[in-house]
Formats: sequence, structure tokens, C-alpha cells
Amino acid sequence: MTVASLFFYLFSVVACAAAVMVISSRNPVHSVLFLILVFFNAAGLFILAGAEFLALILVVVYVGAVAVLFLFVVMMLDVDFTELRRGMLSYLPIGGAIGLILLVELILVLGTWNFSSEAGKIAEPIAPGGVTNTEALGLILYTKYFFYFQVAGLVLLVAMIGAIVLTLRHKAGVKRQNIADQVARNPATAIEVRQVKPGQGI
Amino acid sequence: MNEIIFTVGLIVIQSVALLVALLIVTAFLLYADRKVWAAVQMRRGPNVVGPWGLLQSFADLLKFVFKEVIIPDGANKGVFIIAPLVTALLSLAAWAVIPLDEGWAIADLNVGILYLLAISSLGVYGVIMGGWASNSKYPFLSALRAAAQMVSYEVSIGFVIITVLLCVGSLNLTAIVKSQETGLATLIGLPWLAFLNWYWLPLLPMFIIFFVSALAETNRPPFDLGEAESELVAGFMVEYSSTPYLLFMLGEYIAIILMCAMTTILFLGGWLPPIDIWPLNLVPGVIWFLAKLCFVFFMFAMVKAIVPRYRYDQLMRLGWKVFLPISLFWVALTAGVLVTFGWLP
Repeated sequence: MTVASLFFYLFSVVACAAAVMVISSRNPVHSVLFLILVFFNAAGLFILAGAEFLALILVVVYVGAVAVLFLFVVMMLDVDFTELRRGMLSYLPIGGAIGLILLVELILVLGTWNFSSEAGKIAEPIAPGGVTNTEALGLILYTKYFFYFQVAGLVLLVAMIGAIVLTLRHKAGVKRQNIADQVARNPATAIEVRQVKPGQGI
Repeated sequence: MNEIIFTVGLIVIQSVALLVALLIVTAFLLYADRKVWAAVQMRRGPNVVGPWGLLQSFADLLKFVFKEVIIPDGANKGVFIIAPLVTALLSLAAWAVIPLDEGWAIADLNVGILYLLAISSLGVYGVIMGGWASNSKYPFLSALRAAAQMVSYEVSIGFVIITVLLCVGSLNLTAIVKSQETGLATLIGLPWLAFLNWYWLPLLPMFIIFFVSALAETNRPPFDLGEAESELVAGFMVEYSSTPYLLFMLGEYIAIILMCAMTTILFLGGWLPPIDIWPLNLVPGVIWFLAKLCFVFFMFAMVKAIVPRYRYDQLMRLGWKVFLPISLFWVALTAGVLVTFGWLP
């Protein structure tokens, strides 16, 4: 067994175990932390497959940003998951039956699947002419799939604007700080010098 | 098989050597940090342990290690213990890719800068986990603040890195330093003025944004809202004592030194000599690297000593409304200039 396959089994086993813990742990915050562990091991698997750019992007985007927001929301919501789990036993038979049917269907489909002899070669990482992973990805993304890439960006932009529109509220009567105004103040506009005679107020 | 054992053994020896060197450098930089603040405030600073107080950090280390670890009753024990470990481990792990000299990186990844970005974006987990697991309101508030802050400033750091990468054409850290061997100085025909070659000058606004964002990313003053002593006592670290606290502090300082190293590599030419003339270019590159790192760290210390703490909404405004648009504009501008003049690597 080579070192690579040893690491493959390590990452896979940890990822699967952590995935089970995500749905079975009682504390929602622990669930999110196990989810992060799953992401990490998936990144490890990407590196083993020779896709180091994807692996690190997975860590930066999912672990560094998305999971942080998950954790944020879960911590703030204070959901009582034991309350949600109460009816679990009564739903177990029907849920289990559906799961079993899906499993049998999947086995039936995948069992009759014929892999062509060339499939193994296609799965190899493509690095044309000694180009690194990142360059290969950039070359294909910005030429062949340029249109789809731009459309994906546009969809995300629309989603972002939608989120801002939904949450933006202008309350009347709220004082806002205008930094430019404050910086533009000078002694002439900010200070008023008055001669106050003794015995008299202003 | 022998070859594998040899390779693994070599990596282990290199890693241990790097860790020991890093911890010793950290101890003395911590001392230097305190001396700088003391000098600015016209105090003496640590001056009791060892000559001129040089061994102060080691005395602190012993003190932390020998004290009792206190875990609060309502704390979530597992997460409470893991949080400081995560902080310390991540900031140490990032050093694996830093090239201290040509070919001195333990792992010369071809996506090195992305690895650094990933690791520094994970630093937030130590803070969130610590703050949540303490089961106390100040740490929790601090964790929320620090998390939002670190995620915000990561965005502008990402754009600054993209600007540098546009000029380099590679994500490899060694390649980033090597591309600074030529530049503005060779363009004006004075190749010995090597410090003009580095990216700090052509990308000056990005250099400033990176420096300020690095302060915010590492929760350094004036952006230390995560541990604002005046309002949140000590933020997410309130409930921590002895070794776990030490690990938090260590992780934080090593992350700061990492940011100094990143500034050195991205903008100050890594191990290259500042003036490429006879006695100076004989000095080993690692000396220049350390000198530049210490210079950036001195700037960090001076900022802490001089600038008052930001208010939280102003911090967010600076990150999202000032740095993000400017860095986004500079990415487009740099790309435009490179394409127009045909300087694209």
C-alpha cells in the first residue's frame, strides 16, 4: 500500500465519520464543527487527486467564509434540537422505509452500470504540457467556459443585491455619522468666538 | 522504502528546526514589542529578568506553564480545550510555505500564497470556538465581533494578493520574490537600486491597505475590538488561564509575525538585498529577510503604541466602504495597465 492510498483511506474514513457526527450530534454547534472537519478532509482528498487549487479554494470559501456564517447563525439562534428530535421515533419506520427503497434503487442502477475502458484515463488530472493546475483551470475557465463563468457571476451578483434589498431599511429619525462632513470641518465652521461681558449671559 | 523514511525524516528535522527558531524569534519579538511601547510611553519596559530584561518572555512562559488550568463549570469542555490548540496550530502550520531564503521553504507549494490565505482565514475559528465554549457573555460578544471583523478584512487582503499575483503570474511564494529582482529600477537604468524594484512602490496603495488589513486580520490595535480591555475585559480570552491562554497569545503573535513575513514577501522583496552593491549582496538572504520582517514588526508595534482604538462601526466602514472599493479598483487598474503596456508575465 502506498503512502497516497494510506492518506486516501485516512481522509475518507475521517470524512465519513465526521459526516455521520454532523447529523447525529446533539449540540448544533458541534454539528457545524464536524461539518468543517468534513470540508477539511474533502480538501485533503482533492490534494490527493492532484487538484491543489480546488482544495485550497474549498478551504478558503467553505471553511473560511461559509462555515463561519453557519457557526454564527447557529450560535445566535439558540435552537433547541432535542425539542426538534422528539417526534423522531414515530417517523422512523416511514423514513427508514423510504431510505431503504432509495438505497435499493441506487444499488440496482449502479450495479448494472458499465464503465468504459477509457473512463480510468479520463479521471486522471489533466495538466496539458507541464502547466500547473491553477493555470490549466484558468485557461479553460476564461476561454472555453467564459460565458458560463460570467453568467454565474451575474447570478451571484443578483442574489447579493436581492439580499441587500431585503434587509436594507431606512429608519426615520436615526442619526447617521457622515465621515466626510466631519473631516471637512475646520475651525471657521466649528468654533464660534464670542465676547461675553461680565455679569451678562450669552 | 528507505527513501520514504529519509524524506519523511528530513521533513521532520526541518520542521522541528523551523519551529524552534520561530519560537525563539517570537519570544524576542514579544520583548521588542513591549520595549517599543515602553519607549513611546517613556517607561522602561521589562528590565528585570536577565540582562536588560532579555529573558522576560521565557520567564512568562514558565509562569504560564506552571499555573493551574481552570476550566469554567458551564464551559463546553472539548471545544474550550480545542480552541487555543487550533489557534496555535494554524499559525504555526502556515510557516511551512514561507521561503526564508532561496529554496529554504519546507514545502515550496505552487499555490503557496493561496495556502497562506486559507490558513489565515481559518484563524477566526480559534476565536469563535473559544468565545462560544466559555459560556460567558463577554467572550461571546467578543467572538462575534472578532469573527465579523476578520471575515471582512480577509476580502481586501484577497484583492491585494490578487493585484500582486497579476504582476507575478504565479502563486508560488519563491516566484513572487524572484519576480521582484527586476522592476522599476531596471526600467530607469539603475539596477543597483534594488529596493525600487520591489512591489511596495508601484503598488503603494495596495501596500498600505495590506498593512492596515493585516492589523485588522490579526486583531492588533487599533483594531483589537475582539479583546477590547476597556469594554470586554479581555474578550474571548477572559475565561482562559495558564497554558491555554499561553497558546492563544502564542498563536496571535505568530500570526502577527506571519503577516510581517507576508508583507516582506509580497511587497519588500523577501530575501533580496535592498541595494545590490558589493558588500551588501554577500549578506545571506535569510538575514535580509529577518531584517525586513523586524522592520515591519516595528511598524506594527509603533501603530499599537500610537493609534487609539477604532469604534466598531468605523472599523466595518473602513473595511467595506473604503478598502474594498479601492482594492477592487486597483485590481482592475493593474490588470488594465499590464495588458495595455504588454507587461503581462
